[in-house]
Amino acid sequence: MATVIVDNREVELPEGVQLNCIQAAALAGVEIPHYCFHPGLSVVGSCRMCLVEIGKRDPQTGHITMFPKLQPACNTPAADGTVIVTQSEKVQQARAMVEEDLLLRHPIDCPICDKAGECRLQDYHFRYGQKERRAEILPFHSRRRDLGDVFLFVDRCVMCTRCVRFVREVAGTGELLVLARGAHEEIAVLPGYPLNNKLSGNVVDLCPVGALADKDFLYKQRVWFLRSHRSVCPHCAAGCSIWIDENQDHLWRIRPRENPHVNRWWICNDGRYGYHQVHDRRRLLGARRRTADGWEELDWAQAPLVVREALERAGRLAAVLSPFLTVEEAYLLALLVRRIDPEALLGLGPVPRMGQDERFPGGFTISAEKCPNRRGVEAVLSYFMKGRVLQFDELLGQLGPQGVRGLWITGGYKAPTPPVSHVLDQAIADRLEGLDLVIVQDLFPSPVAERAHYVLPGAAWAERDGAYVNCQDRLQSFRRAIRPPRGVLPEGWLLWQMHQRAGQFDAAAVLDEMAQQITYFAPAVYEIPEVGLDLKAGLLAATTAKTASELKG
Amino acid sequence: MPTFEPVLLANVGKPDSHTLKVYEAAGGYQTLRRVLQEMAPKEVVDRIRASQLRGRGGAGFPTGLKWSFLPKDDPGPIYLCANADESEPGTFCNRVQMEHDPHQILEGIILACYATGASAAYIYLRYEYPLAYERLQQAVEECYRAGYLGRNILGSDMSLDIYIHRGAGAYICGEETGLIESIEGHRAWPRTKPPFPAVKGLFQRPTVVNNVETLACVKHILERGIEWFQSIGTPPDPSDPRDPGSFGPKVFSISGHVNRPGCVELPLGVPVRELIEQHAGGVWKGRKVKAVVPGGLSTGVLSAHELDTPLDFSGPCKAGCLGLGTGGVIVLDETYSMVDFLHNSCRFFAHESCGQCTPCREGTAWAYRIMQRIKAGRGRLVDLDLLEEIGNSIGIIPGSTICGLADGAAWPIKTTLAKFRDELEDYIRRTNPLGCRNPAPVEALPEWREHQSITGRKLLGAEATI
Repeated sequence: MATVIVDNREVELPEGVQLNCIQAAALAGVEIPHYCFHPGLSVVGSCRMCLVEIGKRDPQTGHITMFPKLQPACNTPAADGTVIVTQSEKVQQARAMVEEDLLLRHPIDCPICDKAGECRLQDYHFRYGQKERRAEILPFHSRRRDLGDVFLFVDRCVMCTRCVRFVREVAGTGELLVLARGAHEEIAVLPGYPLNNKLSGNVVDLCPVGALADKDFLYKQRVWFLRSHRSVCPHCAAGCSIWIDENQDHLWRIRPRENPHVNRWWICNDGRYGYHQVHDRRRLLGARRRTADGWEELDWAQAPLVVREALERAGRLAAVLSPFLTVEEAYLLALLVRRIDPEALLGLGPVPRMGQDERFPGGFTISAEKCPNRRGVEAVLSYFMKGRVLQFDELLGQLGPQGVRGLWITGGYKAPTPPVSHVLDQAIADRLEGLDLVIVQDLFPSPVAERAHYVLPGAAWAERDGAYVNCQDRLQSFRRAIRPPRGVLPEGWLLWQMHQRAGQFDAAAVLDEMAQQITYFAPAVYEIPEVGLDLKAGLLAATTAKTASELKG
Repeated sequence: MPTFEPVLLANVGKPDSHTLKVYEAAGGYQTLRRVLQEMAPKEVVDRIRASQLRGRGGAGFPTGLKWSFLPKDDPGPIYLCANADESEPGTFCNRVQMEHDPHQILEGIILACYATGASAAYIYLRYEYPLAYERLQQAVEECYRAGYLGRNILGSDMSLDIYIHRGAGAYICGEETGLIESIEGHRAWPRTKPPFPAVKGLFQRPTVVNNVETLACVKHILERGIEWFQSIGTPPDPSDPRDPGSFGPKVFSISGHVNRPGCVELPLGVPVRELIEQHAGGVWKGRKVKAVVPGGLSTGVLSAHELDTPLDFSGPCKAGCLGLGTGGVIVLDETYSMVDFLHNSCRFFAHESCGQCTPCREGTAWAYRIMQRIKAGRGRLVDLDLLEEIGNSIGIIPGSTICGLADGAAWPIKTTLAKFRDELEDYIRRTNPLGCRNPAPVEALPEWREHQSITGRKLLGAEATI
């Protein structure tokens, strides 16, 4: 087993991965400050903030020889016997020098800078910098330049070139470049070729200082007012791990959350800026019921009972499980409908698709399937329908022949942006003619909701508890980040009450139940890690069991 | 010492010395013919190693050792880069050789490629040498016609192509990995090492980078033998076990306040005084020497007391300088102000810093701003301490930068402050009698900020301030 010695502490290195000294020190809980190094980008070693003393322990004698010069930790691989000293006077002097150098031409306009509060230049200055400023310039405003998708505050830049490397190596578009030389260096784009790609928002997260600013977030919130919540992006089947930053039930920013199995360090702009629909003014609010002369408001306290009674009266039932539901909600809905009508038809809601999967040179993929949980809902359907998954069209086709009288449609689809209409469009509404009971549970008004007998406003993903299964069969749990607006009861809460279960909706308990019932979810019986849980192992066991039973049969 | 016979500049001055005809008449390409027939590549490497030839480009790294770092049994291709980006201030040794005797360099390159197994060589030539480009290009074409280049050179199974790449005039392109990046078409930002170019260099292949004068020396060592080479120059200092000695001839370029500036070939170890008095006609206008830059600006300065310093690889170090450098000697006479010298030096390095590493990018610019202020009569005495601190903290010696440029910027500051501090203090006291003792920070000159915003606007169109 390879060990490194970080500030007199021995740490064992994990096998099979090559770490550099910054990462090895992090294993020992020692932070080596750095600007230009990022695990997802190539190493340039140019900021010189990570200079440390490096040595080598002789494996036979145990004698340690130190390199005479300071070494950049980012470009030094950690190997067996590597000695890292991060607290010596020499190292501290070097850090103080780099900090002072970076502040020489820095505007220090923190009070009007978006990054203040999460800025490395600030943090490191307090930890490693000098008390006194010897630079001979007075505070000034930074110039602002429009690079396309983001703003550049030219004079705040510390030239770590993370953004330049990102657009070259991960996005593969290479719009950003370094202009001029020496102290006149600036990040720039060529005239007529602005920064414009689907991953461009990531450069803002990458920027260790406030040089790159998000046009969406600029001057909106001070970061110390924001609370971050772990969540999963609902905008495509890739299911990227994200942070939701909110303040008082308002989402302000979406950031990628590191997940080596899914999105690594990045998210796309669709996911980053797609949160606006959560606060869209067109959202359905307030449950209502159709009466002979129009709509009647339905009290949410009464709704579970009223809706259940309506279902019980309807006779033959069918339910459409939308791929925007969490697996728990899909399970509860299917269970409910089957309890009332054991023969009820269950089908998958429309799966929105757009073009082809987009793959980027750095390995990042945007899925063509624009919904988060088709795999999970399919697994639930497959359990209740004995291995069959009815697609939406098949289900609509079977409504008549099967004599279905009552239908529950769940949605969660995007707001209609003309000319694109809502997924549940007029054509679908027309096919529902003749049903005695149509219950629509959705985010936005649609022709189908107009046709419904009961309209139950649903919650956006940030307002739900539950789990999504992405296209790689990875189950990721998340808790709600904000409360739903007044007049909305999240799907899970409503279904929980309709099941007449005690207390509040408990997604974990439902998932636990599912893990015991459904083979596909069997691995979820334990706690779900932050990076999610690979259900493929369970899949494999199921397939093996099936094959075995077939062979026996 | 026996009479010294110049070899590197032997053909300089002959009519049409740059043509193949003249070069062949003087015995050119006979060494190549002989080596290709008689010696194996490994023998060539061993011979160069045994000769203790050290690189002429500035750092003095043993050439044979550099070649032996190449991976053994590499399937190829291996590249050789000849560094002709002679951009150190005060240096024009290579220029004379390339303009007047390009074939000597080409023969050296072909021999080095034979030794290292390189299948292509790039001559990285600075753009400011149009005549050298013309003549090198002509010489390469002559070589292709004569069969010294191309497939199966002189009937052997060695093949070689030489490309001449013209740089766009950046000092940093003379750094070996900066040079490689530049040939690849990138911004000349030196790479972090390891990996070294011998393992992953040009186009991610093993690469040797040598100065053109070093390569010319290779030819002469193979022609005249190790004994001849080691009979010239300074033997290793017995008291310093790490000194490999400084053997061989070296071209020195002398400029500044002398009567006869120019290029001269001399054995390594020639004292500065002898160089000035005997080979450059003494200091002009009958004045005295005040300071001498021993080998390109980045080596620092020698004071008038240190004129007996021998110009070999270790001599200037003992006098507090970086080393021999490129052999570009600049002489400053007694009337020249060291404030102007340091101002000019700081301006150069701030302008030429590639801007990659923080300490160099910011440190050189800071030093320049301080010098601007001092020169404009707004200096403080504490500025000299600041300058000294900058000089001691940037550069590869504390380990704070990737390449040696910051070192080069630091040595003139360090040596000037060590040897001419009195003069600088006098200047500050004289020009800023009221404020020289003020310890508080002083704002930079307004020109500097104006310059930055103007260039920014001009290059990038209208911009909003907040």
